[in-house]
Amino acid sequence: MEGVTPPPSPPLIEIEELALGYEHDGAHVAVLERLDLSIARGEFIAILGASGVGKSTLLRVLIGLAAPSAGVLRFDSRSDCAMALVFQDARLLPWRRVEANVALGLEKTKLSKEERRVRAVEALRGVGLEGFGERFPHQLSGGQRQRVALARALAVRPDVLLMDEPFSALDTPTRQRLQDDLLMLWRETGKTILFVTHDIDEAVYLAERVIALGGKPGEVRASVAIDVARPRRRADPHLRDIASLVESKLRSD
Amino acid sequence: MRRRLASVLGLALFLGAWELVPLFTPGARALLPVPSQLPGAFWRELQNGVWLACVGASLSHYLAGLLVGVTLGVAAGVAAGAHPPLEWATAWITRILRPIPGLAWIPFAILWFGVEEKAAMFIIAVGVFWIVYFSAHGAIRNVDRDLIEVAAAFGFRTSWEKLVKVQFPASLPGILVGVRTSLGQAWMAVVAAELFGVAGLGQRMNQASSLLATDIVVVYMLTMAALYGLIDMAFIFAQSRLLTWKA
Repeated sequence: MEGVTPPPSPPLIEIEELALGYEHDGAHVAVLERLDLSIARGEFIAILGASGVGKSTLLRVLIGLAAPSAGVLRFDSRSDCAMALVFQDARLLPWRRVEANVALGLEKTKLSKEERRVRAVEALRGVGLEGFGERFPHQLSGGQRQRVALARALAVRPDVLLMDEPFSALDTPTRQRLQDDLLMLWRETGKTILFVTHDIDEAVYLAERVIALGGKPGEVRASVAIDVARPRRRADPHLRDIASLVESKLRSD
Repeated sequence: MRRRLASVLGLALFLGAWELVPLFTPGARALLPVPSQLPGAFWRELQNGVWLACVGASLSHYLAGLLVGVTLGVAAGVAAGAHPPLEWATAWITRILRPIPGLAWIPFAILWFGVEEKAAMFIIAVGVFWIVYFSAHGAIRNVDRDLIEVAAAFGFRTSWEKLVKVQFPASLPGILVGVRTSLGQAWMAVVAAELFGVAGLGQRMNQASSLLATDIVVVYMLTMAALYGLIDMAFIFAQSRLLTWKA
């Protein structure tokens, strides 16, 4: 089914000639240069690259936490294009119970306290943590904390889910379970997902399209469509071939 | 069990030795009361109502001064910690005022407020202000930047929103450490202010010592220890309630 018809609507997000960098001791350090990327509604894109290549910075720019040094960001005008970010470490607020953590983003909305509570409970159910609302973050395992962070992002009902190496700190079984849960969530909700990772296998297993960034300053080394039917098997030889292809493109310095 | 026995034994030995001091040092009787005098002295102070009046007066200066000093200290410390320009602007003022002991303000306290409750409040407030200021300032400065970024990512972009959602709750444990230190500091200030004549425990001690009623002096010393102990216990209890989230 996937990849048969191109999306009829204009892209949800369009990135043109984007450059990212920061000031250090009065000098400009370029991190990422000439990035072009067009993201369709409902797409699952993995952004792959070594650390320091500007993957996280890209997500920060998209959500408005950082400004690009050059380039254009265009959002589909027919949508308010709400975004939510899931960080690498769950970054829950330790003084808030799980439910209040999930409701954080809702406190910015006009929802009543009761409505916020209902939404938080619903979001927790969505990540399989029903009944954990009264716990404190330190009473959860690493995987559970990351699920709460996901629920916190989903509670604001974003159009785009930005994920910054969200599973990289977890052990393998937990990581794989969360990956599969994320795929199920994506299928059910049709959210647009931008998933940053340094793990090639993770990228090709999850995404419809992998954008591989490399070099210094970083640039797009490869943009590979993953035309493998779902549900996918991790050991699928076709996935392995794509992974080696992406790896070789990243290596070609 | 052995530990409790040792602590009781230690206290008994101390009281016994104290009781015996006047037997070996003639003339000490007038200068040092013995423990067996104390219950009687306490009972007399209680009966004539002086004890309750003194404790009430002292607690009222104490709590009012503490409230003013802690509120202003937390507000100023948080403001300076969260806004570097404010910190730079006040750097020299802080450097000059901070080393001045709270008690050095007594002359001004008396000039401005007279030998009144307000003077005691002022001295207490000045004494605790800096303790709380620096604990709040340090706590705010040390808040995990990643958590502030979380608030920003969820739309809380103004400094006030970041303060309310993240910086203040995150620094509450550090602020409370300062508040606890100031509980003890404020007691010292209470006594000092009252020794200068403001009504309360300190004033009563001063009167009693001028009449060589040393047993009454000791009764009030022990009263202070007991009150401080109770206040500290109540604070620890309140703190554990506020910080249930701490592992």
